[in-house]
Amino acid sequence: MNRKEIFLVSAFRENSVWKQVLGICSALAVTNLMLNSLIMGLGFTFALALSSLTTSLIRNYTPRSVRMIAQTLIIASYVIIVDILLKAYLPEISKQLGPYVGLIITNCILMGRLEAFASKNPPLDSFIDGIGAGAGYTLVLLVIAFFRELFGFGSLFGIRILGVWWTNWSIMVMAPSAFFLLAMLIWIINKRYYKLG
Amino acid sequence: MDISAFLLFWAAIFTSNILLTNFLGMCSYLSVSKEVESSVGLGIAVTFVLVFTTALNWLVYHYILLPFNIEYLQYIVFIIVIAAFVQLLELLIERYTPALYYTLGIFLPLITVNCAIFGVSLFMIIRNYDFLQSIAFGAGSGLGWLLAILMLAGIRSKLKEKLIPIGLQGAGISLIITGIMALAFIGFSGVATIQ
Repeated sequence: MNRKEIFLVSAFRENSVWKQVLGICSALAVTNLMLNSLIMGLGFTFALALSSLTTSLIRNYTPRSVRMIAQTLIIASYVIIVDILLKAYLPEISKQLGPYVGLIITNCILMGRLEAFASKNPPLDSFIDGIGAGAGYTLVLLVIAFFRELFGFGSLFGIRILGVWWTNWSIMVMAPSAFFLLAMLIWIINKRYYKLG
Repeated sequence: MDISAFLLFWAAIFTSNILLTNFLGMCSYLSVSKEVESSVGLGIAVTFVLVFTTALNWLVYHYILLPFNIEYLQYIVFIIVIAAFVQLLELLIERYTPALYYTLGIFLPLITVNCAIFGVSLFMIIRNYDFLQSIAFGAGSGLGWLLAILMLAGIRSKLKEKLIPIGLQGAGISLIITGIMALAFIGFSGVATIQ
């Protein structure tokens, strides 16, 4: 596989969210606003791509028995960097995201990509794979956030789109809509993209 | 936070259920909920681990991290505490109650990567709970998670013979059921609110 294929496969065909339904905790929790979702997606991609790179660089020197704990520590280190950067430059968004930035550490997508790809492939390929998986994840976040923010607040990225005639659907701001939207997204993708059913 | 531990316990189960309102612990919730028995086993294990790790993490944060001004290490330290506790528990259960080990044993590794465990520790720090409140919050969140997975497993076992579109089977229909459950739980929200 060349690098472009690696990116496309991990972003779309093997997208962790809709193919394996992994790591959806934070995907659902931060999606009531587009801006929060975008920042979360970028932070996630940053942590995943650099963890992949690091894991791949030391893959030949890591004994199998300490592999998991080494990967966890690598992930945690990059997530701490993301957290500190957000606190310093975007304190308001950092407060809104709350514990979900820290929860990137226990996101199964990261561990999954490191185990499945980065621990077996050369550094640059792993880096590309990490960016691909991160882009796929960000895409899902933005799609769900688009509907939740548009119908829940009548705005996109905080800019008012729907006029004064629009009545906000408060259900879109609350938890259940996130479950319904993700279920619908998975259904549509299974039907149109994987041609199931 | 001047909210009583007792109220916090009930609120964590019903009004701010860790899974239905905070979306935590979804991966094992979706993958294990096919059978009622295994769901109960995992739910009990999660509750037990949650009570002890929130207590341990509270002590570690307030007596080690805060005095030395190294709060930014909380992510790494909490993860290590949780992983070490689960590992220790596995050893102890295997040594003293082999029967329990075979029923619970397979779920224990799943718990380390359950984000509900880590999430509760982070929430307790962000919301400034004291020691008793943290334990009540941990226990309530665990029972709330158990309740959610038990309900989903019960509904899914009834759905086995029903015709569901192929694209919606598995995760899709589980998410829709979860959404309906979350809608129902909003009905509790007048009882108590914790943020």
